[in-house]
Amino acid sequence: MSGDTRHGVGVSPGTAVGPVVQVAPPVRPPADEPAPADAGAATDLVLEALAAVAADLDDRAAAADEHAAPILKATALIARDKGLAKAAGKHVGAGLGPAHAIDAAVEEYAAQFEALGGYFAERVTDLRDVGARAVAAVLGVPAPGVPALTEPSVIVALDLAPAETAALDRSRVVAIVTEAGGRTSHTAILAAQMGIPAVVQLPDATSLAVGTTVAVDGDGGSVTVDPDLELLEAQRVRRERRAAALAGVSGPGATRDGHAVALLANIGGVDDAVAAGAQDVEGVGLFRTEFVYLSAQTMPTVGEQADVYRKVLEPFGDRRVVVRTLDAGADKPLAFANLGEEENPALGRRGLRLCQALPTLIDSQLEALAIAARDTGANVRVMAPMVATADEAAWFASRVRAAGLPKAGVMIEVPAAALRSRHVLAEVDFGSLGTNDLAQYTMAADRMEGALSDLLDPWQPAVLDVVAAACAGGAETGKPVGVCGESAGDPLLALVLAGLGVSSLSMAPSKVPAVRLALSLHTLAECRSLAEAALSARSAADAREAVRAAASEELTSIL
Amino acid sequence: MAQRTVTIASSVGLHARPAALFVEAAQETGLDVEIGRAGEDAVDATSILGVMALGAKHGEEVVLTADGEGAEAALETLVALLSRDLDAEEG
Repeated sequence: MSGDTRHGVGVSPGTAVGPVVQVAPPVRPPADEPAPADAGAATDLVLEALAAVAADLDDRAAAADEHAAPILKATALIARDKGLAKAAGKHVGAGLGPAHAIDAAVEEYAAQFEALGGYFAERVTDLRDVGARAVAAVLGVPAPGVPALTEPSVIVALDLAPAETAALDRSRVVAIVTEAGGRTSHTAILAAQMGIPAVVQLPDATSLAVGTTVAVDGDGGSVTVDPDLELLEAQRVRRERRAAALAGVSGPGATRDGHAVALLANIGGVDDAVAAGAQDVEGVGLFRTEFVYLSAQTMPTVGEQADVYRKVLEPFGDRRVVVRTLDAGADKPLAFANLGEEENPALGRRGLRLCQALPTLIDSQLEALAIAARDTGANVRVMAPMVATADEAAWFASRVRAAGLPKAGVMIEVPAAALRSRHVLAEVDFGSLGTNDLAQYTMAADRMEGALSDLLDPWQPAVLDVVAAACAGGAETGKPVGVCGESAGDPLLALVLAGLGVSSLSMAPSKVPAVRLALSLHTLAECRSLAEAALSARSAADAREAVRAAASEELTSIL
Repeated sequence: MAQRTVTIASSVGLHARPAALFVEAAQETGLDVEIGRAGEDAVDATSILGVMALGAKHGEEVVLTADGEGAEAALETLVALLSRDLDAEEG
């Protein structure tokens, strides 16, 4: 018999089985670390810790691929640095405990590097990583971060930082489980992008013992400890039925009666573009451009930006690519375009608002996109994030046209823009509903706050009402309205969205086949009545259940 | 004491990868090697953090010094290394 089954929120579809690997949380020197009684012994402890970190990094470098190995080797060199050991030793001599001494020495160098700026400042992450590992070694606790994986494993963490998720060895991660996080957290988005089953908000996930076998169900959101053969068999059958059903449909998205709903990919970089370009998708519905800027210390030149955009556009040939212009703000600050701290970054000068304050940002991005579009002959459409009014939409459209780009659109993620969509859309060529932020602003619930996951459920009838209002404006003005939030990748919700009048759905490419199948099994009239059912429900759970009950069993049996 | 002056050829300056290659080479000499700007305090060339904290940029001149047997030959090797664009040579 299986061990206990826990329930969280499934955020990336599919099932998987594997041993648990726990990601240790970051380590800080303990506040009550005593001054060393014996400075010599404490110094030895520091040196042993640094040596152990260096040896561990060397081992990992030896096992790593050609990309990661030089980085790990360079990091090992830092751990073995005489200057660092000497500085830590000096702090021990001055009365600090070994953990604090290492931390203080690391911070001294970090301050020097940060003062140098540019490439040097970027190395601070590696330096602090060495420091955190050495502190963990002194304290005798597991090194923070994802341990080296030796076999296909289920990664379990309180939450994963974006950098940790991105650095995961995809070939050895079969599923991701977190105790915190939410539907729209970075873990959820990246797991879907990677096509790895994921469950967030799993109670006591961090107490799962390392090495225990667990079965993860990314659709239902459950995790079962020591699954029995019966459960594994049921999951295997469902996996196979699902694969067979999904393999039966291909090509452009359409309802059973032939009403077209374009199926597009969300991408966030060149690697995503190359991967998605090879998939059966009709183009890109959301290209997040932040990666071009976030790691840069100075504003990238137009030429540098155009080089990156060309690489993103090329894999799609003549398929459409919808580019979202820079969406930065106080929560994703840029080193070269920082308007200072804000009390409420999500409600502050972010997205288009930041670009209105610093127009050279948007103008150089549009110029670079125009160059890349011309060079590749790509079908480029640009849209602005965080538009609330028709005036903002008009401001953006005029700059897009001045740059010589053919199509301008707006993200509809502020409820104001949805409610006034007929005026907002009149200024542009298309709209795209960003349902993650739309839910956040409609429900007044921070999307990074895992505890508010239920409020952020895209099935919330109030959110669907706002979506319906946006679609009504689209119908009135004859402007197409798409959806590029993660909700577009929920096969049942996709039917509702199509019924509300949405003309394209953009999602992580791994979610496209199930949505394509869902559409192909229903007529447009059926989608409309499913939308009616969802809108008339009292709660998110009722809406989901009503649609599930009325949808084709051929679909619901494999979800 | 042997001394040589060289211009940093790496297009990104003496940071991560170029700095790591340089420090490893300096360690291999087994000698006390220092690197610095003319007229300023030099740093230990076998310390990756010291070398990175120097913050030597592309096109900057640095002075290398070494003591001991084989110092001239050791500096010759290190000068040759810094005269190449180490960052452009992806492994």
